[in-house]
Amino acid sequence: MILVMVICGPLGNVLLGKGMKHVGTLGVWPVSHLLTTALAVFTSISIWMGITSLLVFFVAYALVLSWADYSFVQPASSLAYGVVALLGYLMLGESVSPLRWVGIAIICLGVFVVSRTSPRTTHPEPAGRE
Amino acid sequence: MANFLLFSVIVLAGTGGELCVSRAMKQVGEATSFHPAHIVAVVLRALRQPWMWAGVGMMALAFFALLGALSIYNVSFVVPVTALSYIAGALGGVVFLHERINFWRWLGVLLVAIGVTLVIVGKN
Repeated sequence: MILVMVICGPLGNVLLGKGMKHVGTLGVWPVSHLLTTALAVFTSISIWMGITSLLVFFVAYALVLSWADYSFVQPASSLAYGVVALLGYLMLGESVSPLRWVGIAIICLGVFVVSRTSPRTTHPEPAGRE
Repeated sequence: MANFLLFSVIVLAGTGGELCVSRAMKQVGEATSFHPAHIVAVVLRALRQPWMWAGVGMMALAFFALLGALSIYNVSFVVPVTALSYIAGALGGVVFLHERINFWRWLGVLLVAIGVTLVIVGKN
């Protein structure tokens, strides 16, 4: 489930990003601009794919949250940054700056540290947990 | 001041919304299997939780605030601010969900926030 989350989240964002770039600058005011913008946004295919992907992400996220601490899941979901970089590097041949790799390494370290704590601390029986 | 307000909305409504969703899911109870019918049942039950709607509403608000901020500032300026939400999320978990965060989890959350900031700074 965390895997689904970590893959669908960034995928949705990338698709949305692509779609929004395609739409161009957002006009929000006056209202007539908002309407043209909304029309352009909601007729884009990659935006709908992005929304679907984010929806799958959200369901997976909610399912994980049904048994794990929020303060456990939220840091874990940041592995997505690593997935994005890795996908970009392997599939699209994007260059990833050293600083970014360092950041990803620190994220992984942080997630590792968090993953060694108990996933759920709100259970009634406190003995031996943490 | 307006900027500060906008960024506060992004961080607070975003994490606040996720905390509400988390609370709703705790009320729904543990999802025990990955069977599609079971997942649908859990989702339907979740949609009946008031906290779920409060959460989704706040997340939508944060999303539009983020879009608004992105149309005014560079991504490289906006997104590091959202790394703050890891700290806000952990605090919210303690206060709102009564999660008990020990030293190691704080350390991990801090590392993740630092790492996320570096990833975003290293993008350009």
